[in-house]
Amino acid sequence: MTVNLPRFARPLGIGAVALIVEYLLLGTQQFANALTLGAIYALIALGYTMVYGIVELINFAHGDVFMVGSFLAMWIMTTIFGLTGPVTNLVNLVGLLAIVMLATMVGMGLIGAFIERVAYRPLRHAPRLAPLITAIGVSFILQNIIATAFGPSPVNFPQIVPADKFALMGARIAYLNLFIVIMAVVLMIALQVFIGRTRLGRAMRSTAQDREAAELMGVDINQTIAITFFIAAALAGAGGMVQGLYAGSIKFDLGFFVGLKAFTAAVLGGIGNTTGAAIGGFVIAFVEVYATVIGYTQWSEVAVFTVLILVLVFRPSGLLGQQLGERA
Amino acid sequence: MTGAPTTTAIAPGASASPAPDDILLRLEDVHTYYGQIHALQGVSLEVRRGEIVTLIGANGAGKTTTLKTISGLLHPRQGKISFEGKDISRTPAHQLVRAGIGHSPEGRRIFSRLTILENLKMGAFTRPQDEIQGDLDHVFELFPRLKERISQRGGSLSGGEQQMLAIGRAMMARPRVLLLDEPSLGLSPILVQQIFAIIQEINSSGTTILLVEQNALQALIVANRGYVLQTGHVALSGASADLRENEMVRKAYLGE
Repeated sequence: MTVNLPRFARPLGIGAVALIVEYLLLGTQQFANALTLGAIYALIALGYTMVYGIVELINFAHGDVFMVGSFLAMWIMTTIFGLTGPVTNLVNLVGLLAIVMLATMVGMGLIGAFIERVAYRPLRHAPRLAPLITAIGVSFILQNIIATAFGPSPVNFPQIVPADKFALMGARIAYLNLFIVIMAVVLMIALQVFIGRTRLGRAMRSTAQDREAAELMGVDINQTIAITFFIAAALAGAGGMVQGLYAGSIKFDLGFFVGLKAFTAAVLGGIGNTTGAAIGGFVIAFVEVYATVIGYTQWSEVAVFTVLILVLVFRPSGLLGQQLGERA
Repeated sequence: MTGAPTTTAIAPGASASPAPDDILLRLEDVHTYYGQIHALQGVSLEVRRGEIVTLIGANGAGKTTTLKTISGLLHPRQGKISFEGKDISRTPAHQLVRAGIGHSPEGRRIFSRLTILENLKMGAFTRPQDEIQGDLDHVFELFPRLKERISQRGGSLSGGEQQMLAIGRAMMARPRVLLLDEPSLGLSPILVQQIFAIIQEINSSGTTILLVEQNALQALIVANRGYVLQTGHVALSGASADLRENEMVRKAYLGE
């Protein structure tokens, strides 16, 4: 028998402990950096985990969807709004950020659902290796489309958020960091509410567990899977936009490494578990920042992927992973 | 209120001819394949409004396949299925739920990581969510044990409770015909009695039932009529009482 804690107690506890440890080890300044980076990883990791949860596919094109998202946001900002530099009026800035984010998320959502429709749905009943290889193919296609359209060199991302900083507990933190973290938290809470409390969210969880039984409840499986890809890509799009704002420039191959790290976050959290993916994102960012803080910057990626290997060897179900074989 | 007349003749396909609108569900020469395997080799049967009809037969005879073909999880390669007069042979499963076909599948297939309440709400997926309170109350009336565990996960239930949840979940869609696949499988004798009593209760409140059972004796006691499936076709059909007396049925399925 296990003690019957409320279901949210364990993830909440793990998340809180992780944050406190991060804060103590990093100090305010670096903690702010780790939180920002973690927010980006978490947004991408959610997509890996949701897609895996529902179709058991590691969508290796997901990092590139994130990359396309950053280019789409850049294109909307420069071509549609003609933005190049900081927007100083706060109301305008917030409005622009909201509009660009919404447009990027919807645009990427549609692209994500389209990719599912043409690349993965035809292979739904094929051996599992087939969609996996297809995902890698989609990854190449996305990279090459972007490299052709925007060139293979880094592209400037309009820095519409002024570089102003505010003082907090002895550190100076950019408003951009604040925006990224708040935005990510809002999106993650919205996602949890959607999955946990709505009719469509229940349909997604049911489909993830037992597709045929969900069908017998009247769930349109194709539609549910399409919605899942839509949400996953929309979140990656939001991540891509803030990545551009945060890094200042974007490049066609940026999705590869960031995608791998977010994938590591999803595995660490327990693939298939959305709360786990969010926590995993922040933990992976912490590992990366901590490696830098203690002077091993060039080893930070090694550290991240060491975590991946350790998790796969010692706890493949991740921090919050589902126990296997629970069906009676 | 099982007013449909029962047939007396025992012969393949034999039946009195009821008024056409009395027939809720009809299969005509249905052939279903699993890849190359010819699982249903021309099944014809009918279910009338208000009846309990049972399908009995050995493992692999095609009982589960028949139910899956009716509920749209499989589609016949040949033949026709009609429900309330409409051809549903090609209709996908999720649309048939809306049309009024409920299917409680073999092995219960409850959502083990969803709570009892969430499982039941999934059962009512096709219905407006603000209209289901009455149905929830009804299910909890039939299965008081589910109410006690309303916020527990489905996977924490015992086998019998899971079966109750599976039946309750299928009821939540307010089906006009309920397909039950082996509801008594793996249950203790006392629970088996309970489940059969509840099946009769569900039927007496107006739901037509097509019951697949391993427990042929019990099934033939509660059902109005029965079909005996053998290697993908109907070998025998008739009123339950007559099937119970039939020499071949007694030997093969009632263990005498």
